[in-house]
Amino acid sequence: MGAAHSASEEVRELVGKTGFSSDQIEQLHRRFKQLSGDQPTIRKENFNNVPDLELNPIRSKIVRAFFDNRNLRKGPSGLADEINFEDFLTIMSYFRPIDIAMDEEQVQLCRKEKLRFLFHMYDSDSDGRITLEEYRNVVEELLSGNPHIEKESARSIADGAMMEAASVCVGQMEPDQVYEGITFDDFLKIWQGIDIETKMHVRFLNVETMALCH
Amino acid sequence: MGFQGFVPFGLWNWLLLLVALKCSEASSDMNEFTNSTAQREPNVQFAAASSEPDEKIAVFALDYDYVQIPYEVTLWILLASLAKIGFHLYHRLPGLMPESCLLITVGALVGAIIFGTDHKSPPVMDSSIYFLYLLPPIVLEGGYFMPTRPFFENIGSILWWACLGALINAFGIGLSLYLICQIKAFGLSDVNLLQNLLFGSLISAVDPVAVLAVFEEARVNEPLYMMIFGEALLNDGITVVLYNILIAFTKMHKFEAIEPVDILAGCARFVIVGVGGVFFGIIFGFISAFITRFTQNISAIEPLIVFMFSYLSYLAAETLYLSGILAITACAVTMKKYVEENVSQTSYTTIKYFMKMLSSVSETLIFIFMGVSTVGKNHEWNWAFICFTLAFCQIWRAISVFALFYVSNQFRTYPFSIKDQCVIFYSGVRGAGSFSLAFLLPLSLFPRKKMFVTATLVVTYFTVFIQGITIGPLVRYLDVKKTNKKESINEELHIRLMDHLKAGIEDVCGQWSHYQVRDKFKKFDHRYLRKILIRKNLPKSSIVSLYKKLEMKQAIEMVETGMLSSTAFSVPHQAQRIQGTKRLSPEDVESMRDLLTHNMYQVRQRTPSYNKYSLKPQTSEKQAKEILIRRQNTLRESMRKGHSLPWGKPAGTKNIRYLSFPYGDPQPARRDRRAAEFTDNDSSDSEFPSITFNVHSRTGLLQDRHLTQEIIPMKSLHRGRRPSDFSYQRQRSREEHVGGGRRAALRPKPLFHAVDEEYESEEESEQDVSVIGSRQSPEHRPSREHYKSHSPLLRRK
Repeated sequence: MGAAHSASEEVRELVGKTGFSSDQIEQLHRRFKQLSGDQPTIRKENFNNVPDLELNPIRSKIVRAFFDNRNLRKGPSGLADEINFEDFLTIMSYFRPIDIAMDEEQVQLCRKEKLRFLFHMYDSDSDGRITLEEYRNVVEELLSGNPHIEKESARSIADGAMMEAASVCVGQMEPDQVYEGITFDDFLKIWQGIDIETKMHVRFLNVETMALCH
Repeated sequence: MGFQGFVPFGLWNWLLLLVALKCSEASSDMNEFTNSTAQREPNVQFAAASSEPDEKIAVFALDYDYVQIPYEVTLWILLASLAKIGFHLYHRLPGLMPESCLLITVGALVGAIIFGTDHKSPPVMDSSIYFLYLLPPIVLEGGYFMPTRPFFENIGSILWWACLGALINAFGIGLSLYLICQIKAFGLSDVNLLQNLLFGSLISAVDPVAVLAVFEEARVNEPLYMMIFGEALLNDGITVVLYNILIAFTKMHKFEAIEPVDILAGCARFVIVGVGGVFFGIIFGFISAFITRFTQNISAIEPLIVFMFSYLSYLAAETLYLSGILAITACAVTMKKYVEENVSQTSYTTIKYFMKMLSSVSETLIFIFMGVSTVGKNHEWNWAFICFTLAFCQIWRAISVFALFYVSNQFRTYPFSIKDQCVIFYSGVRGAGSFSLAFLLPLSLFPRKKMFVTATLVVTYFTVFIQGITIGPLVRYLDVKKTNKKESINEELHIRLMDHLKAGIEDVCGQWSHYQVRDKFKKFDHRYLRKILIRKNLPKSSIVSLYKKLEMKQAIEMVETGMLSSTAFSVPHQAQRIQGTKRLSPEDVESMRDLLTHNMYQVRQRTPSYNKYSLKPQTSEKQAKEILIRRQNTLRESMRKGHSLPWGKPAGTKNIRYLSFPYGDPQPARRDRRAAEFTDNDSSDSEFPSITFNVHSRTGLLQDRHLTQEIIPMKSLHRGRRPSDFSYQRQRSREEHVGGGRRAALRPKPLFHAVDEEYESEEESEQDVSVIGSRQSPEHRPSREHYKSHSPLLRRK
């Protein structure tokens, strides 16, 4: 009885903190327990239990994103070793659909948060800039699904994208000027045309806890 | 309004009309003469240079009768083609109204002429001709040119909408009309339920592809486009299946004897016919894909195989009373992916164009026939029936659209807005299908066939003209969500990343996502199907050939200017810059986007520009031609200048790396060895770029080299994509000439100057092999060093 009581208190606390509904929290908790094997925390290795994640080309980045201190709001850089349920929910909250009831300012805030999450995925060394090397890394991973693409092509694409970003963000560059990398503001500029609200959300209502199989 | 466009159109057509008129007049006159001169026939044969007017005319009459049918059919087709030319001369017209408008008008015109001259038109259409010859090309073309990825992305919604939509429309219209027929006042009581249902099923056959061209102007978003496309594709099949089942019911004569068992049997039959047809199609598709694997040496029969197998799938399915339409569609869809990779460039083009041509001819004939039937005495006008038919068509379409989409929106990630649904509702334009089915109703079972035909014609005319013309403005007015045509790689990249991210998070959450199904299928495909169905030694992705082509383009640019082209990042020690490379050209963006889309399994964000009536010119072909032309120009210049090119500079220069062409005589062994190594590298190194060019130099006497050399490794490398074939064959000879002097000092950079150190190390090993003449060696060393020095981008960190 006591355990149940405190559990619901926790739930209420989490509802307040993360904005999920209690149903969603229950479901996510069940999923969390599945992933962690009933442990209170998850480590990177636990993500190997998700079989379908193997097919995802940016798998490593996704897993990393879960442990990124910047996403967890615990620090400016570095990776946590393990995360608890609250951290799990924090990460998930980036993917909440934007509520239609929210006003413009809040929508902007949400959008910025989501974009920041994305930015952290690109910027792996946490220096606040997406450099060419990091960009290349991303493109290579994205194209890694197809074994017949050479690295060259991936690199060329990354270079082209960087060049484009440079021209968008900085305009015409002097021959000697060096473009260091994409900062977060530049990133926002690039994303201005695209509506992230409809794309970066996961519907949490239909979560089925699938049996994990090896 | 662009009358000058119409004038030539008008002139030509008037000319043709006059000719047709003359012929028909002549033939109607001649018919009389033939009868009278029948007795004179024996005389005619004996008459040598006869001066009797009778004999001359008699001969003419015989000839015309002989050629009448093909002659008139050809005239019709020609007339329609000229009308189409005129239609497209005024460039805004295709965006305003669907082309079927035009075809119907031409048909009506021809019909008017024929009616006016009291001429008996050739029997173009009866049931077997339609179903065996006219319909398959249309369906084949629809299936072949279907954009597969968006189709399968939306397949759930499409199937739901197409199947159920057709059924709801058919039964709804049929039942409502039956109720109307019950009202004694309209004089329709002899039309029973089955006939009404049959009429309902045939009138619900829409042909919305006709409006897709109009949509393209308005650039509607892709899911919407796909819904309409998918509906067009499946609608024909379903309607015909339904039609056949109901005809079978009608033949049972005893209407009252139809029991629920029969109805259940009908439903089961419906499902079996549909699924069986698809199954047949897939099997035939695989067989033909398999066969094209072996046709390298006789590429002339490749189109034949494609067409014959598709047609065979249709016929085989029809033999077993399965749905031939769905079979041929499935065959085309299955076949396309593998056949495109296997066949040669020319076969590929042939197939595409021939398919378009056949379907265009079929459709033209049907529309003209429709026009011919319009003008005539075979009508029965019943106000009530026709008006109610029109009304019910619209009402039931609206009902089906809104109801079905309401349900399917619950399951979609990106639901269709009300505006989208309105557009879908309004795009229910009828076409050749419903007319043909009405025309082919057996008169014995349908004593009031004429009324049905008239009603069908009215509905078709109404929807094609009124709806077809107004749908463009409607779409613009509703401001349907446009596709955002991105010109930016960055956006593409980010969106792709996000899609994958989303899929990943969904996986972590445990939510089922349809990416998984697609990924699984892709894996299966790669592992098994492609091994069986695709020729060996192909670059498995078109990306490679695309990339090579772009590299060549880059190489040419560099050859021409003698310098490296610059980008915003380039090291400032270049003397010159090529203007205009600061921004990515649209073709580069396009090619990169292709790269990304082909490899990231995602929904393309652009509208596929599908036009039923014409093929888009291939931009890649243009590119290849451009490359070739520029190459030729360059080399002509170099010949004139006599090798005094910037290539002569030893320092600060790079090597151009060309594709290895076996030159033949002097060093065939070497060549073969290299070729062998090449192919070995190709097959063994999957991750290493198979673009490892080898450097050649020929020490003079290259002018003797002949074009007749075989490009063995080239061919094996470049099967994948089209223009490479011919362009490389030509360039062979050029390369040889170029190599005459010093080897060009430029290393063809992969597009954006990313010099890869790994690449370099591998290159060096390759270069050992490729060194031929002694001149090579001194070049290599400075160049090697230079590679390492030139890595502006790598330095930036």
